Amino acid sequence: MTDQAPAIELKGISKAFGPVQANKDISIRVMPGTIHGIIGENGAGKSTLMSILYGFYKADKGEIFIQGNKTEIPDSQAAIRAGIGMVFQHFKLVENFSVLENVVLGAEDGALLKPSLAKARFELMRLSEEYELNVDPDALIEEIGVGMQQRVEILKSLYRKADILILDEPTGVLTPSEADHLFRILRGLKEEGKTIILITHKLREIMDVTDTVSVMRRGEMTATVKTAETSPPQLAELMVGRKVLLSVDKQPASPGETVLEVKNLSVTDEDGVQRLKNVSFTVRAGEILGIAGVAGNGQSELLEVLGGIAKGTGEINLNGDAIDLTGKHSDGQTRRARGIAHVPEDRQRLGLIMDFMAWENTGFGYHNDERYQKNSLLMDNNALRADTAEKMERYDVRPPNPKLMAKSFSGGNQQKIVVAREIDRNPDLLLVGQPTRGVDIGAIEFIHKQLIALRDAGKAVLLVSVELDEIMSLSDRIAVMFDGQIMGERDPGETNETELGLLMAGVTDTETAA
Amino acid sequence: MDFLTLIQVLDSSVRLATPLLLACLAGLFSERAGIFDIGLEGKMLAAAFFSAAIAYMTGSVWVGLLAGIGSSIVLSLLHGAASITFRGNQLISGVAINFLAAGLTVLIAQSWFNQGGRTPSLMGGGRFEGIELPFALGPKDAEATGRSLSELIAEAGPISQLYSELISGHSILVYIALLCVPATWYILFRTRFGLRLRAVGENPAAVDTAGISVIGLRYAAVMICGVLCGIAGAYLSTALQAGFVKDMAAGRGFIALAALIFAKWRPWHALYACLLFGLLQALALRSDVVEGLVRVEVPVQVLDSLPYVLTVVILAGFVGKAIPPRAGGEPYVKER
Repeated sequence: MTDQAPAIELKGISKAFGPVQANKDISIRVMPGTIHGIIGENGAGKSTLMSILYGFYKADKGEIFIQGNKTEIPDSQAAIRAGIGMVFQHFKLVENFSVLENVVLGAEDGALLKPSLAKARFELMRLSEEYELNVDPDALIEEIGVGMQQRVEILKSLYRKADILILDEPTGVLTPSEADHLFRILRGLKEEGKTIILITHKLREIMDVTDTVSVMRRGEMTATVKTAETSPPQLAELMVGRKVLLSVDKQPASPGETVLEVKNLSVTDEDGVQRLKNVSFTVRAGEILGIAGVAGNGQSELLEVLGGIAKGTGEINLNGDAIDLTGKHSDGQTRRARGIAHVPEDRQRLGLIMDFMAWENTGFGYHNDERYQKNSLLMDNNALRADTAEKMERYDVRPPNPKLMAKSFSGGNQQKIVVAREIDRNPDLLLVGQPTRGVDIGAIEFIHKQLIALRDAGKAVLLVSVELDEIMSLSDRIAVMFDGQIMGERDPGETNETELGLLMAGVTDTETAA
Repeated sequence: MDFLTLIQVLDSSVRLATPLLLACLAGLFSERAGIFDIGLEGKMLAAAFFSAAIAYMTGSVWVGLLAGIGSSIVLSLLHGAASITFRGNQLISGVAINFLAAGLTVLIAQSWFNQGGRTPSLMGGGRFEGIELPFALGPKDAEATGRSLSELIAEAGPISQLYSELISGHSILVYIALLCVPATWYILFRTRFGLRLRAVGENPAAVDTAGISVIGLRYAAVMICGVLCGIAGAYLSTALQAGFVKDMAAGRGFIALAALIFAKWRPWHALYACLLFGLLQALALRSDVVEGLVRVEVPVQVLDSLPYVLTVVILAGFVGKAIPPRAGGEPYVKER
């Protein structure tokens, strides 16, 4: 192994964007026929490094060696020629093209399409069979699921005869079973002698599939270790630069009165599709109800209708009193006044205005508060700014500058701004959707602590997340949604990922038992 | 309405549909590549002027055609530079080109010819004449028999009428325009270039990561758009009419855009849409036919406005959902 040339060797790669040093003197050796993990928090420079390898950016300094040969990669074409394939986090597929057309695009054999397509169809079937990719060449991209779209991306690289495959955060959009399928494919590719680089911020994936792992922090490569010789806590510490609590530390819940009671709630969207079907559940004071499920099974609609953004039919009671679901009081403002706070799933779309400053964003929903009125006409923006600065300090938002645009904060800090605004409302019920999506480990730990603290203060929390780990570690009860319905409720202490995964796939209780 | 009248109206529809069709296909290439182009009108106008002016000066309509295409390409490149290279707003660039062409053509025409912003009338080799297809009745037959052509056609059988009046006798540009329809279809759906062109209009990132130049493809599309608009403009001033007059494009660039949306960016449907607009324009010229059909007196102004009314109706979305190329109007910025 030692006398073999590395599939990829980077020597002293540096890259700066203006004053930000994204990569600092990075050197790494990736051996052929291995799965090499690169782990680091958001903004650690993982993606920048891979973009340099794929010819998207040019490094300021440093050298790239592919299979032992010094290689210049000025553009993607050169990367493809060097045998590098990349599966981006956001797929680069043409939605209204077929799988076949997407694979052929850029790798055609001649000016006419017909011979290229015929050859590609044959090759595609062969590859698809060899690696169990199960891809239909004639399906349109917009009509297939994300799991298959990702396999099309892998096929694109294989069709271009890539020996080195880079995957950037590949499991972010996948269900647990799809992720398992992906890892089986990756192991198969490895057995064929392919080299795979897996970029992720999920420790479990690193431990599951990689042979070697490199850790990045603030643009620097802090360590490269054999996966078998490390542990999640050690990796987390290398990533964050301090000890991190990976499991959530919490006492058993002591639930009180019922705060939220939902009865036969249904939502039908603009296209006439029923998104939520007769959903009923309760959340009591001092407990966290976790809603698990694959994205798109009605969780978003549930949050929106509870938060007053969408309308629905059925019955919702808060602290025993009915909430108006369809009338003119069915809006976010009325909900807030009744004691419901909402951390929406998509913070960039519903939680923040990205081009507004932090203090303007924390002011949403507080505009009519007495303390921010200078007189009957003008707002007291200074008071709002001062309060924002104080909140940012308390919720560890970095940098704690109220005059920065929302878009200039990292994902984790944006989320802390939203969480600060909503929790400081002192609600009876907090609705939280995907609280840690795109959030780094350090911030995840912080946000989880805030949610537990809110619960311990006797508030009700409804947590919606597609991250099963998050649901399992935070919830006091777990409800699983599938196709707009609640498939069942479980006690987190008495269930496991397999059982929840089956419920998420729509397999009902009786079938599980059988 | 007798058969010959019908043939005459259809013949006129084809003539009037030709510039629309060329401009519509021009827009199709550009928009399929993700570059919205509301400057079709301006490019046609510039081409109409320069082809008439150069044809007049050289006496050769072919040189005129080349000049028209050249002027249209220059404006296309301007649009390309603004919207591809400098990532500017494509609508604003298009509007600017329309204003530029409207003003510049009249200004230069006045300076060169001193005829109130028009070119002198084109005669002989300065114009595209109709082409007589074999066995069709044409001016030569009229000369040989010493009678007028219309008399000869009126006496001929229906098949001869159809052939001589509707199919034969158009200028070469009409036939070129019609051939552009299958050619466009073939290029878009059967060639590598077409696949890449459609892809760059839908998701330029996919094209970029496949190692193909987004900028190169988009410039190619914009150039093709320039060539087709150039032919469309030349047709206006050297075939449909004999010389340039102020604002002679008369909104055809915008009607072509409406036809493009109506056709949902598909070549054969573009032909049908343009023929429909051509028919409406032809009917406006034959109010007697319309009155014969509806048996009510219809003001000419109403007929004249019909193509524009249909344009508004189409653009307001009354003809079903038209989904434009997804990356249309967005400059491509490389990102991870």
